[in-house]
Amino acid sequence: MRRKSEPKNHMSCELRAVSVNESVCRAIIGVFLAPENPTATELADIKCAVSEAVTNAIVHGYGAGNEGIVYLGAEIYPDRTVRITVRDKGKGIEDIALARRPLYTTDTSGERSGMGFSVMESFTDRLRVLSRPGAGTRITMYKRLS
Amino acid sequence: MLTRDHVSFDLENGEGILTARLSGEIDHHTARIFREEIDRALLRETPRALTLDFSGVGFMDSSGIGLIVGRLEMAREIGATLTLSGLSQRLCRLLELSGVDRLCGIVISKSTEREDLFHETEIRT
Repeated sequence: MRRKSEPKNHMSCELRAVSVNESVCRAIIGVFLAPENPTATELADIKCAVSEAVTNAIVHGYGAGNEGIVYLGAEIYPDRTVRITVRDKGKGIEDIALARRPLYTTDTSGERSGMGFSVMESFTDRLRVLSRPGAGTRITMYKRLS
Repeated sequence: MLTRDHVSFDLENGEGILTARLSGEIDHHTARIFREEIDRALLRETPRALTLDFSGVGFMDSSGIGLIVGRLEMAREIGATLTLSGLSQRLCRLLELSGVDRLCGIVISKSTEREDLFHETEIRT
């Protein structure tokens, strides 16, 4: 989605790819969006989508026991569109279409639902996935606030 | 909600019904803690029915779906039923989105549209 206008605010940060930072990322995005007065539902949707993207980066991008950094960025545009980017430099996704399929998971423990991308798609207006095996993954999500 | 201190359990075992009251936030980080505690109680008490009470849960992502499906399988293994209670509309939406309701014969009561009132949900095992 090419945007003509400049963002009126933006933020970016990097966090160690450890699971405790999933809630940290939700908190960061909540604080960043607070001045825009999003509705409770909008905020909950965005937090959930961010949680899924960050979890994917930690669990699938890097995997257990691997060091890495998760990059979280957000921009707010004058038309109240929020663009959120979650990026990792992990192993990447071999088949993005397959990964986005509901209930698909590479996890064998039976404890991952395979619904991460479906949640991101449902709770945002648009989801873009860029990935290269061996290089990493970039998730970009758009949501326009009311 | 950044520490495990915000996750608490209240397990009751009366009439063969085990109730696990979940509170706090359920994500990939905390799901492991819930899973270990619930499974430990399940194997110890071997109840005929397990209820997961979500009324104290302020946030849940798809890790919660994995938690529910995993506990459904655990309950089946010991011959117990699984009931989900205290689900907000938001959590119901996640369940519907994941298709857990269709897969497991979940029953969602939509008696109200108010976010602050909760639905009773039963998974027939």
